[in-house]
Amino acid sequence: MIADDDEKWLAAAIAAVKQNAFYMQRAIDSNNLKDALKFSAQMLSELRTSKLSPHKYYELYMRVFNELGTLEIFFKEETGRGCSIAELYELVQHAGNILPRLYLLCTIGSVYIKSKDVTTTDILKDLVEMCRAVQHPLRGLFLRSYLAQVTRDKLPCIGSELEGDGDAHMDALEFVLQNFTEMNKLWVRMQHQGPSREKEKREKERNELRDLVGKNLHVLSQLEGVDLGIYRDTVLPRILEQVVNCKDELAQCYLMDCIIQVFPDDFHLQTLDVLLGACPQLQPSVDIKTVLSGLMERLSNYAASSVEALPNFLQVEAFSKFNYAIGKVVEAQVDLPAAGSVTLYLFLLKFTLHVYSDRLDYVDQVLGSCVTQLSATGKLCDDKAAKQIVAFLSAPLEKYNNVVTILKLTNYPQVMEYLDHETNKAMAIIIVQSVLKNNTHITTADEVDALFELAKGLIKDFDGKIDNEIDEEDFQEEQNLVARLVHKLYNDDPEEMSKIIFTVRKHILTGGPKRLPLTIPPLVFSALKLIRRLRGGDENPFGDDASATPKKILQLLSEASTVEALSDVSAPDVALRLYLQCAQAANDCELETVTYEFFTKAYLLYEEEISDSKAQVTALHLIIGTLQRMRVFNVENRDTLTHKATGYSARLLRKPDQCRAIYECAHLFWADEGENLKDGERVVLCLKRAQRIADAVQKMANASRGTSSTGSVALYVELLNKYLYFLEKGNSEVTGDTIQSLAELVRSETKKVESGAESFINSTLRYIEFQRQQDGMSEKYEKIKMEWFE
Amino acid sequence: MNYLLGAFKPACNISITFTDGKNRKQVPIKKDNGQIVMNPLFQSQETIAGKINIEPYQGKKVEHNGVKVELLGQIEMYHDRGNFYDFTSLVREIDVPGEIYERKTYPFEFSSVEMPYETFNGVNVRLRYVLKVTVTRGYAGSIVEYQDFVVRNYVPPPPINNSIKMEVGIEDCLHIEFEYNKSKYHLKDVILGKIYFLLVRIKIKNMDLEIRRRESTGAGANTHVETETLAKFELMDGAPVRGESIPVRVFLTPYDLTPTHHNINNKFSVKYYLNLVLVDEEDRRYFKQQEITLYRLKEETLS
Repeated sequence: MIADDDEKWLAAAIAAVKQNAFYMQRAIDSNNLKDALKFSAQMLSELRTSKLSPHKYYELYMRVFNELGTLEIFFKEETGRGCSIAELYELVQHAGNILPRLYLLCTIGSVYIKSKDVTTTDILKDLVEMCRAVQHPLRGLFLRSYLAQVTRDKLPCIGSELEGDGDAHMDALEFVLQNFTEMNKLWVRMQHQGPSREKEKREKERNELRDLVGKNLHVLSQLEGVDLGIYRDTVLPRILEQVVNCKDELAQCYLMDCIIQVFPDDFHLQTLDVLLGACPQLQPSVDIKTVLSGLMERLSNYAASSVEALPNFLQVEAFSKFNYAIGKVVEAQVDLPAAGSVTLYLFLLKFTLHVYSDRLDYVDQVLGSCVTQLSATGKLCDDKAAKQIVAFLSAPLEKYNNVVTILKLTNYPQVMEYLDHETNKAMAIIIVQSVLKNNTHITTADEVDALFELAKGLIKDFDGKIDNEIDEEDFQEEQNLVARLVHKLYNDDPEEMSKIIFTVRKHILTGGPKRLPLTIPPLVFSALKLIRRLRGGDENPFGDDASATPKKILQLLSEASTVEALSDVSAPDVALRLYLQCAQAANDCELETVTYEFFTKAYLLYEEEISDSKAQVTALHLIIGTLQRMRVFNVENRDTLTHKATGYSARLLRKPDQCRAIYECAHLFWADEGENLKDGERVVLCLKRAQRIADAVQKMANASRGTSSTGSVALYVELLNKYLYFLEKGNSEVTGDTIQSLAELVRSETKKVESGAESFINSTLRYIEFQRQQDGMSEKYEKIKMEWFE
Repeated sequence: MNYLLGAFKPACNISITFTDGKNRKQVPIKKDNGQIVMNPLFQSQETIAGKINIEPYQGKKVEHNGVKVELLGQIEMYHDRGNFYDFTSLVREIDVPGEIYERKTYPFEFSSVEMPYETFNGVNVRLRYVLKVTVTRGYAGSIVEYQDFVVRNYVPPPPINNSIKMEVGIEDCLHIEFEYNKSKYHLKDVILGKIYFLLVRIKIKNMDLEIRRRESTGAGANTHVETETLAKFELMDGAPVRGESIPVRVFLTPYDLTPTHHNINNKFSVKYYLNLVLVDEEDRRYFKQQEITLYRLKEETLS
């Protein structure tokens, strides 16, 4: 409804404007000054309406504006015809209504200035003063906007023909400033017009008009003669005075932004303290962070664009000014939410990183200021603030791409203190990811210590609480990151590397039962890697005192708290594997007692912790595999361990498992390299024992034929392969008879039933056939006759 | 025009011309019937001289008991129309009784005539100067011809001309201070001034400055006052806030003003007022009226 009326009124007003413009044009054509004035005043009277919304009023204004152009030309011609311009200037002021009168006055005023009959200044002063008479915000705003428009090309600005002396500059400046001030006042006042329920709509409309006000600032920036001195002493203080005093959020926000955008960068740089000084004085609701961020962004770009500008930044101490100003703003705006203040610091930080990328101390200062601020608010709980903090803390990471640099920032961890757990963890992830992505080399224990301190959101639980709701997959993913991080830590110097490992261990052990299974392995492997390195470098350059001896490191690993921690938290299988790995490393270092100890621990774990039969099978195979490769043991120790392993094998639950474990044990008596470890007799014994078990399996299978399809054929074939292996290895105890009997077994069994092992058998046979024809093997294979398998 | 009235057609045509009639400034005067005619302009102490032509119509002769010319200054009250009060009356006999056969011209002269009052056309009163030529005839009735002329008196700028400055207001509602640069303005002057808003609690729509003329006629209990608004000049559009000052600049030229007249011959007075009117959004008017003195400044001394 209202919109419709709006349209109707506008249409009526436009029609009236058109009509009067037509008559005005006719009067102009016939050089009738009186009528021209009369109709132009009537046309302008349409602008006196209060019915139109700002948007529509603007449309109407533009119509009238176009017509006034004609009138201006007419005035110019009229003065050429001998009519005194001073008379004209008076004549237009006879109009009874103020608005048409002032529009006409501005029009003739602009002609007056051009005529150079009077000093520009007098006219400008008069015009800007007379325009005070329109106090209606909308109409006044447009009137003054018209004034600005028509005088614009008459001001002594850059490139204009009307360049005056120094005074003229100042007067023009004064004129624009005053017009700006008045326009802003009107603009601000607009919000109080009309009923308060339409306030929101009005503010929107008002916002649409802001460029009318802002244009003045643009003109100011174009004025000739506005150098740094004048800007600093006159222009800026005057503008800011108006901005601060108007106490209007919308205006302050917009105008601050305008100032920042229209004036040159170096002006800003040189007047930073003034500009920033205004910020705390703005209304609390003003979005200062947008304003300041705009400024900082601009200056950052400035710094980036020209190298010469950088010394200026240092000279004016831009950083400390910003830092101070933001502190003040935060102080002044009591209601500023934490998110807001953090955002402010975020922008400052970004600015600092841009401009002073080499000044870590500045970066640290920003963090410090933020800490001070946060200490007042306590831990952050709201999402927005948390997000901002993450961005805040991520900024230096992104800039330097190097965590080592971040570690030098003493306030960095302090900021993290204020995060809630969730955010802290998120931040930790970001940090770790940065390390991984950028392949950052973290080479000292101290750095490692600091890094883990930062990343403790990932490393341990807070307050001992375990968050049960956490997604298992996510958790794994996170801990994978930690694991990857551990692998990244590297120093060529073994001494330092060992320190690193010690440090990592310290942190990782705090991780709690859920993390340890995922984080201990990388630690152990990292340590083992070091051990290998030490061994590879044969001589230990540090002598026996050095901490970085394999022995010491292994001791560290064997200490109750490292790997054992895993068994405590029900990850014994992992612990077992790690012990075996350690044992292997110790073996390589020829530390018999240590190796033995690891094995003992592994055995103990096997006995006490591993109860699942499948796990037992796997563990046992691992034990056997590892033990087979041990070289450091004396006969006694070896026998003990071997015996134990064999014993375990026989006690497995399922017969096939027993069988397989035992034939694997055969390998324990036969090592390729060690001469003293070729006990063919015991090998065959093991295999025989395995075969007996296979027989038993076979019997059971026969008994329950039909229900169970798992025969022992496969076991026989496997055994056959074992025999072949040892045969090839030159074990003289492996006889043709044994193989023959096995072959027969296989044959008879395959005839009885579909065993599912045919392909295995066939490939074994093909292998035998092949080996018989090989040079080195043919004699060993003579014992085997192919007809056994027919 | 007399020939229109055929029956009463006078026997002769009388015309009056002034000595310097061609060069003398003519000013427009509105007559009773609304017609505007141009009349010659004089001022006090001037010599009013000229010629009177009496031209009998074709074939007629005018017999008379003498011809005289009078210079009259008259005040006419409209409630008493047709009844003139002559405050000045000078007579010159220009011919002795006799007969006029053909066109005859008589020179006349009133030297240094004292004409203290200005010609004035008001709502209820008129002050005029007129030359009256009478051809006195016994039986047929006298033939009379009038010639109006205008008198304007110029004065030097007043030695003391204070500004008008005043603070007015309605308690807790509206307080303003206004200032007009002078209290005495000449007719082509400009009123300059300022209105300061000290307190504004009402929603003002606009502010006008009116020029009002108050014409009072009669005396004592019969005094009749008539007020006219001669000009309504918008000073401000919209509602100001406290601290605003609004400029005033009113050119008096376009308005039909006269000097202030004080007690002209105990018959009437004409006074001028500036009326500052503030109108609020509910069309209530708040106003303050201040008397100003208008005077006629000698043209040459202008600017």
